[in-house]
Amino acid sequence: MTTDKKEVIFRIKDLRTWFPITKGMFKKVVGHVKAVDGVSLDVYRGETIGIVGESGCGKSTFGKTAMMLEKPTSGEVLYCYDGEFKDITKFNKEEMFEFRKKVQMVFQDPYSALNPQKKIYSSFEEPLKVHGMTDQKEREATMEKVLKMVNIQPDYLMRYPHEFSGGQRQRLCIARALEVMPEVLICDEPVSALDVSIQAQVLNLMKEIQKEMNLTYLFIAHDLSVVQYMSDRIVVMYLGKIVEIADSTALYEEPLHPYTKALLSAIPVADIHIKKERQILEGEVPSPIHKPNGCPFHNRCPKCMEICKTKEPDMVHYGAEGHMVACHLYKNEEMDGEKEA
Amino acid sequence: MRVNLQEQKSTASSSLLKKNVRKFMRNKLAVIGLFVVVLMTIACIIGAIAGVDYNTPVLTEMKKAPGNGHLFGTDTIGRDLFARVLIGGCYSILIGVFCAVLSSVIGAVLGAVAGFFGGKTDAILVRVSEIFQAFPQLVLVMMLVAIVNKRGLTNLLFIFVVTGWMTTFRMVRNEYMSLKGETYVKVCEAFGMSGNNIMFKQILPNVMSPIIVSTTTNVAFFILQEASLSFIGLGVADSTPTWGNILNAAKSISIVTDQWWIWVFPGLAISLFVLAINFLGDGLRDVLDAKQQ
Repeated sequence: MTTDKKEVIFRIKDLRTWFPITKGMFKKVVGHVKAVDGVSLDVYRGETIGIVGESGCGKSTFGKTAMMLEKPTSGEVLYCYDGEFKDITKFNKEEMFEFRKKVQMVFQDPYSALNPQKKIYSSFEEPLKVHGMTDQKEREATMEKVLKMVNIQPDYLMRYPHEFSGGQRQRLCIARALEVMPEVLICDEPVSALDVSIQAQVLNLMKEIQKEMNLTYLFIAHDLSVVQYMSDRIVVMYLGKIVEIADSTALYEEPLHPYTKALLSAIPVADIHIKKERQILEGEVPSPIHKPNGCPFHNRCPKCMEICKTKEPDMVHYGAEGHMVACHLYKNEEMDGEKEA
Repeated sequence: MRVNLQEQKSTASSSLLKKNVRKFMRNKLAVIGLFVVVLMTIACIIGAIAGVDYNTPVLTEMKKAPGNGHLFGTDTIGRDLFARVLIGGCYSILIGVFCAVLSSVIGAVLGAVAGFFGGKTDAILVRVSEIFQAFPQLVLVMMLVAIVNKRGLTNLLFIFVVTGWMTTFRMVRNEYMSLKGETYVKVCEAFGMSGNNIMFKQILPNVMSPIIVSTTTNVAFFILQEASLSFIGLGVADSTPTWGNILNAAKSISIVTDQWWIWVFPGLAISLFVLAINFLGDGLRDVLDAKQQ
């Protein structure tokens, strides 16, 4: 982040998204998949916040819940409307509809994100129509503008999605999300379905667009090098919880949580002479239905202590500014009374 | 090299249609089917417009064999069979098309609602469709005839539509349930589009091909249904000729053995039309159904 004053645009407080598991004819709830289980996070205007974690840790669900595509079980999602925070979980239909212009999403799979039966033109036109742009000239001007941003010729609008490559489609999806001039773009693994060469192209494009429009990115990915490249801050999730938040450089140079350390040691390096010390995690991720007591990571943690098995760790500040970690190995440092969780 | 963009625009947009037409033309049976269906329909319509006399009995001309001014011969009370088959075709095709289209519309709308919203709405609609499916059509027809005390076209249309929408309903519901999970639906939700918009403007075009195919084959189904109901005397009133009603005369053994033309021609008309429709439906399925490609 370059600016000194940080303005919070998104404040997520203790967000939980549980999916009920039902059984039998009367749909009795027998348990919950705790996909997101108590996540709190401040997102600042103009930054890119990367969210990493292995499959099934709840990153995508978190992204969807943050813009209310999934209903949260509890918690608050506060969004900044000109300095005033409003809880979007309590929005009615009209307020929600207006909110849709503020936050948009780019989805993982560009192959199914465009309606196969519709020309790009109508896929692009519909959101504008819905959001009250009645003049066709104005709509076309907007479409051309966003297409220019993603380097796609406007006359491609008359084509069908199947005539485009994966990278082009993802760029089209980004362009479509930008049509309503959002402030926040939630990117749910935007490049994981693309070739590596195309990935770089799309990522660079996203960076340019961010500068141009002063966008805030919530960048969800499982590829650590991609996240490092894109993000100002990084959030590491494990089993629906945040285990570490830090500035991108701080996290890569000085990871604190044992899980983060293990994750980072797994990044492949393109140099055959470097022998990396891999830290291999034992066992499997526990089921999000039956979570272990205490720290969710304790059964795989190489530094597991007695307290880890019984007490869940809180987020504590440690090391560099803004570096927070949820682990019993670290105690609140140089923090006087201020507590954030 | 500069490419003519305008030209490219028009070719790109029509390329899909052209490809489909070419694919359809390659299927010989389907083309023959389409040809026969169109030809028979046009012939029937021309017959109706020309106002051929199908209803005046000429007692001196009773049970005449084909030839001699009567192309298909005459029936038991001396009416021209060719005229009757033409006008009967109008009614039969009308019944088939009307019922197929209307039941498809009902099935598609209900199926879309059930599949898209899921949950309780879905459960209720599925139960309702099962009840309708479990109810014997024949009994319904007889009940209605008894209640209204008249055998008429509207009765038949009503019963056919009411008892015919379930197959489309099930198919559309299943399609919606699977398409609901597609990312582009999520994108629409993210843009705050209304349920109606997503259901009918975004998803429906993707379900259209199977609906078109099943509507086509349903036309044949309803024509056969009408024919069998009319044959046993529960269909349209005798004064209105339909292919089934004309066949009705062939209930007596003597006609089956001695006056073959009375049942052969309407029978042939039904078989030919139904067969052609089925070929056409198969051809359309090959072209439109993306899953088989």
